[in-house]
Amino acid sequence: MSDVRKRPQRRGPARLFRTVYGQPPLHLLILLASFALCGYAAAKLLDGDWRGIAEWFVGAALIHDLVLVPLYGGTDWLLHRVLRVRGGSTDAAAAAAAEPDVRTAWLRLAVLNHVRVPAFVSLLLLLVYWPLISQDAGPHYQAATLLTPGVFLGRWLLITAALFAASAALLGVRWWRVRGHRRPPRPPVVRSHRPQPPQP
Amino acid sequence: MNAPRRTARPRLPAGPWRSPLRGPWLTSVFGAVLLAGLPVLFLTGLLSYAAYNPDLSPLNDKTPAKGLLGFYLFSWPTHPAWLYRLNQGVHVTLGVVLVPVLLAKLWSVVPKLFTMPPVRSLAHALDRLSLLLLVGGALFEFVTGLLNAQLDYLFPGSFYPLHFYGAWVFTGALAAHVALRLPRTVRALRSRDFRAELRTPTARTRPEPQDDSGLVSSHPAEPTMSRRGALGMVGLGSLALFAVTAGQSLGGPLRETALLAPHGRDPGSGPNGFPVNKTAAIAHIRPQDLGERWRLVVRGPGGRAATLTLADLHALAQYRAALPIACVEGWSTENQHWEGVRLRDLARLVGYPSDPPGVFVESVQPAGSFRAVALRANQVRDGRSLLALRVNGAVLSYDHGYPARIIVPAAPGVMNTKWVRQLTFGASDFGEPA
Repeated sequence: MSDVRKRPQRRGPARLFRTVYGQPPLHLLILLASFALCGYAAAKLLDGDWRGIAEWFVGAALIHDLVLVPLYGGTDWLLHRVLRVRGGSTDAAAAAAAEPDVRTAWLRLAVLNHVRVPAFVSLLLLLVYWPLISQDAGPHYQAATLLTPGVFLGRWLLITAALFAASAALLGVRWWRVRGHRRPPRPPVVRSHRPQPPQP
Repeated sequence: MNAPRRTARPRLPAGPWRSPLRGPWLTSVFGAVLLAGLPVLFLTGLLSYAAYNPDLSPLNDKTPAKGLLGFYLFSWPTHPAWLYRLNQGVHVTLGVVLVPVLLAKLWSVVPKLFTMPPVRSLAHALDRLSLLLLVGGALFEFVTGLLNAQLDYLFPGSFYPLHFYGAWVFTGALAAHVALRLPRTVRALRSRDFRAELRTPTARTRPEPQDDSGLVSSHPAEPTMSRRGALGMVGLGSLALFAVTAGQSLGGPLRETALLAPHGRDPGSGPNGFPVNKTAAIAHIRPQDLGERWRLVVRGPGGRAATLTLADLHALAQYRAALPIACVEGWSTENQHWEGVRLRDLARLVGYPSDPPGVFVESVQPAGSFRAVALRANQVRDGRSLLALRVNGAVLSYDHGYPARIIVPAAPGVMNTKWVRQLTFGASDFGEPA
């Protein structure tokens, strides 16, 4: 909702207005000014294939909110299930010092994010450059620019492979560091809580 | 007996909005980035429209019904020569780079779409209507822009009116949104220390405190990513898009880095090897129109006219100008070395010894947008404005406008008419000069 700050309740018309409208008069004033400009421009925008344009305008919002968001949200949820990530995190140093099951949890979460990030970037590139990658206007593109339209799918796949490879390499380095520090020299405070090994 | 009820109250089923990262601070960070970027997109867009000199001629104007929305138009300058190149490079590249920020912003507020009850008051209803214009407008502008830059004309109508009027609808809604939300945004940004947030790993990431914003999840999941991670991921998306796009506007050796952009390659090598966006074939230019029979007709006031062969043009004083080609679609070339006859020298042939007026340029191209355009007096008078016959030391190729094309500093690509057949000084439309 809006953010016209609540003022101390006053009696009289201002209070009545708030009760009826739900917000102070300034809120209505701002929105009416905005609608005036939008309406003026929309009348010109819709002067043509008005149904097609209105469908695009409203459809873009609906497709985003009701198709795209559930689609990527659902994919992310599925990824959590597949990797059995429960959330909650241990930082690398703690994982290194901890028991194997904690390290496994760390690894599951790390794998999740090392899949998530390259997948996000790759799908973003696909979304933005879908017209070229899908060759939706391939013949026209070739006729207008003298450039072959078939290169974009291969390039996108190569970029995607490079992103996942870089992410996997980075994960490998992180995992190696966690495992490598499995038995770090324990600080004295920690040692005092553990039973002393028998002296030979 | 009144035994204490052990059974918990029936809980709402866990909804889908469980991200512990959603909250006013994160939304405000994305909002602040957009608040910096969207005005730049709007202004560069308005400037691009002005660059066509739409008030000069109906042939230059694809939105003749603009009315008050053209209040700001001015005569487009010719200095600096890279002005339009910079303007469109920024407009298109920034638009592409802001896509992940826009998506992240929308992700961060999507639970509010499903708030119950859907309408609480008249104010709430108007507010939601305004948000439909805002979100619909934003996506409409980004989608039409991305499609047009990729030469995929799926949208219902001509690009120019859709993108121009759509921008005003979007901006109208955005202005109200900023006016109504800015105080809350500033408060939210101040609620957390940005630098501290960048030092907070997933293990120490906690949801933002519950408030009345409707953004913070009522039953947040355990975090699987920090806010630093989320911001970094969006930033990485922007960076990746920049990397595969910017080269088409930078040109030179960097062009090849634009791996996914439409003009990330040169179509050929040699003097005429730089990018082209309207070939002779697609413009339906017939070779016989450009051969021995080709003549340039130069017309002036009072029926004065001169008809020139290509040899006649070569016999006139030749000048050189190093100028770029810059397209509304964002791609551009580095400076090309043009050689030809100055427009003001051609005006002299038909009775303008000094201070020539504007010129109406017609192409051999039989049909289609921008086969004829009007140039303003300041463009004609600039000594670098040429009817070019050669480029980079070679004769123009058919696709770059053989035998003669216009090249004007800082003008949009389509205003540099190819395959010119007639120049009418003092006119801005078909017919006799005034």
